[in-house]
Amino acid sequence: MVVVLVSGIIAIPILAVASRVGADTGGLWRHLASTVLSEYLRNTLWLVLGVGVSTVVLGVATAWAVTLCRFPGRSFFRWALLLPLAMPTYLSAYAYTDLLQFSGPVQSSLRSLFDWSRGDYYFPEIRSLYGAVIVLSLALSPYVYLAARAAFVEQSVCVLEVSRTLGHGPWSSFFRVALPLARPSVAVGLSLVLMETLAEFGAVDYFAVDTFATGIYRTFTMPDDHALTAAAQLAACLLLLVAVLVAAEAWSRRAARFHHTTIRHRELPSWRLSGLRGWLTSLICVVPILLGFGVPAAVFVVESWRAGDPRLDSLWHLGLRSLVLGIMAGVLALALALAVAFGRRLRPTPLSRSLARVAGIGYAIPGVVIAIGVLIPLVWLDRSLSGWSEVLFGSGLILSGSLVAVLYGYQVRFLALALGVIRTGLARIGPSIDGAARTLGRPALGMLTSVHLPMLRGSAAAAAALVFVEVIKELPATLILRPFDFDTLAVRVYQLASDERLSEASTGALAVILVGLVPVVALSHVLDRARPMGPIVSGPIEPAESEEQSEERPDGSSER
Amino acid sequence: MTRSWLFVPLALLLAFVTACGGSGPSQPASTSDAPEAGAADSPQTEDSVVNVYSARHYDTDDQVFGAFEEETGIKVHIVEGDSAALLERLRREGEESPADLFIAVDAGRLFHAEQAGIFDSVTSEILEERIPASLRHPEGLWFGLTKRARVIVYAKDRVEAGEINTYEDLADPKWQGRVLIRSSSNVYNQSLMGAMVAAHGEPAAEEWCKGLVANLARKPQGGDRDQVRAVAAGEGDVAVVNSYYLAQMIAATDKPEDQAAAAAVGIVFPNQGDRGTHVNISGAGVVRGAPHRQNAIRLLEYLTGADAQAIFAGGNKEYAVVDGYAAVPELEGFGEFQEDSVNASVFGSSGQQALRMMDRCGWR
Repeated sequence: MVVVLVSGIIAIPILAVASRVGADTGGLWRHLASTVLSEYLRNTLWLVLGVGVSTVVLGVATAWAVTLCRFPGRSFFRWALLLPLAMPTYLSAYAYTDLLQFSGPVQSSLRSLFDWSRGDYYFPEIRSLYGAVIVLSLALSPYVYLAARAAFVEQSVCVLEVSRTLGHGPWSSFFRVALPLARPSVAVGLSLVLMETLAEFGAVDYFAVDTFATGIYRTFTMPDDHALTAAAQLAACLLLLVAVLVAAEAWSRRAARFHHTTIRHRELPSWRLSGLRGWLTSLICVVPILLGFGVPAAVFVVESWRAGDPRLDSLWHLGLRSLVLGIMAGVLALALALAVAFGRRLRPTPLSRSLARVAGIGYAIPGVVIAIGVLIPLVWLDRSLSGWSEVLFGSGLILSGSLVAVLYGYQVRFLALALGVIRTGLARIGPSIDGAARTLGRPALGMLTSVHLPMLRGSAAAAAALVFVEVIKELPATLILRPFDFDTLAVRVYQLASDERLSEASTGALAVILVGLVPVVALSHVLDRARPMGPIVSGPIEPAESEEQSEERPDGSSER
Repeated sequence: MTRSWLFVPLALLLAFVTACGGSGPSQPASTSDAPEAGAADSPQTEDSVVNVYSARHYDTDDQVFGAFEEETGIKVHIVEGDSAALLERLRREGEESPADLFIAVDAGRLFHAEQAGIFDSVTSEILEERIPASLRHPEGLWFGLTKRARVIVYAKDRVEAGEINTYEDLADPKWQGRVLIRSSSNVYNQSLMGAMVAAHGEPAAEEWCKGLVANLARKPQGGDRDQVRAVAAGEGDVAVVNSYYLAQMIAATDKPEDQAAAAAVGIVFPNQGDRGTHVNISGAGVVRGAPHRQNAIRLLEYLTGADAQAIFAGGNKEYAVVDGYAAVPELEGFGEFQEDSVNASVFGSSGQQALRMMDRCGWR
């Protein structure tokens, strides 16, 4: 029941937009199909491919390194690799364009240094598909890193050792045992990355790359009576792409099951990488942090030092509002995700499953579409309630144009994030635990609260934190749905940046990044505690850096 | 099913959220008249509030609204956002919309809002007297508030003054690989294209568009300031930009590199020999069913006053919509020019064909 209700509410805006698919567009669709559609499709596919491959390589490699290897700076990298999460892609795009475009400082100083002019030298164009792939990959690889790291941290050492005794070297063990076992987690991380890539607007638009997301927005803003319908149909194409991706992933896993057969864990081994190999590993870890966070942040620091926001005082206020908004949306998303995930575990029905799938698709839909979709049911509800609300509140529209609309929009857009994290966490709890709990007389609900919930503490914190960060960065839906006089940090940055005043926007940009950092740091703490049990037998290879893991066992472990 | 426990925290949260929404200014019309309250009502029967959906996003606007509040005691509530999105919200909210005034940038947007039936007609002697007929709707559905010219800038060191004089010149093969302009998604370009259609008819305008695209120095990207910077840096030789961006760059004492870029380019008001330079507006209309209609009209009238225009237009380095008001020094420096006098709704209405044409020509 809960599943159907929650997913239904979340799915309504998506379905409302999708219902436009059959409608007439007065020739607009044909026009789009014959002019720009192939370009949208090509760019979108390349973007998805490029970002998908590079985030997996980057995320998995760094996660493996910091989880199972010892090299200089490892404990720093463990949390610092999450830093790019706090950097909104559009801000990263602003910063790199500012730095690397033809009229920017890098190329200008090259020209004056060597006395070149246009055409005398080759310099890669930052405003391009490659630029977009690089910026998005750097910004989104933490999702894969998070997922892969969670999987590696919780994996069974025995399996790895069996693989070694059977004659596999460390590399071979990684590719043939550890990676396949981590695959469901990596797939969840990757699907989040791809959904975000498909919905990505700010950076891609700034880099002048025409994808489905920018195309949907462009079509929506066309001065045409059929603009919304045509935009909805473009969005439907996008959803088709998502559906194909999701189906392909599900099919490739088919009947495989990935939960642990035992809940006894031993501390992880850690291979010491000495000398050059160690430093090389450090270098590999430093690059994504530097490029995905350090460089753009430095650009904003310099810019805000030079000019900055003339309304510094109001930034505090906006920051507080963004913070509260993020917390509310994060907690709400966590509650909804738990409700859906638990409900599905208890009683999976075809209806609840398909609704949950639709509800999880919102992350791939550009914020503008979501906002329009949210307005449709809210205004309808407001109209039906208008008799009541005029008596109670004295005005017509209560829900639309209120905070409810904004939070609703966030849930539709970001529930997939929370749901993905919670479901991965839940999937690692074997069904035998359910069986044991029920045999011992726990009612279904009591079992979930007293057994599963404690085991999910880490995932729950991660889910809420991820949604929080996204809400801090979110722009298009906030912009459309917000009440009167309701600015957030991201809105302020947008207003200045869209007026091409990047240096004024830089102070706000820094604030967005700083607020986003809070949950990111918290997230890394959660990760470090995630190993389910302390050492039962001390590790044979390198019994190093394990004190914290043995001490900080989650309280939930005693329940098992 | 005793799974209701999940709803307890949810309900609490929702209650909190609704309370937050209710305590803020988001419930603007708590004791107002029914939306039908028409023009006949005197201002006293309305709350001292006016709700504005604005697609302008300039800090100086807030200054004007603040001054209005001080003078009249009417509190201005604002939602800023993108024109198309705000319009869609207005459309969804319909007659119950809390919005009183919709401020849009570009005639094309105003025309589109008018077509969507968002605006209600207003008769105001003050507005009609101050705003030239070509810059407002004939039946008072919307009124222009500020003006901007779409000008051509050129690199002073590579282009002779007088070498480029018209928009038509931009399609001349002579400029191959030298023209800079932003994306066709931008409404300023859609209106410029609409003006070309109004001046030459569709087939000739499409030819022009193809010629322009063939002359581009790079894929259309960035904003108008970026075009000026790119000309100064040598990425192209001529660019099309809105007048206020150039004026703002000249005035940007805190950004020496922008000032240097602006100093490196010359400005041309195109088509002075014939129909005049394409001029666009930002403007506003009173929303149909506005709960505070009188206040909205008052704000409109206020915005066309001398003091307000000095900040509303001047603060953003735009031209005042009212004749006889002095322009800011940077604009004075550009000199006098002849405007294309075609009514804004004419090129606004051809935006639809214009954009499709741009798609066909490959203007991204």
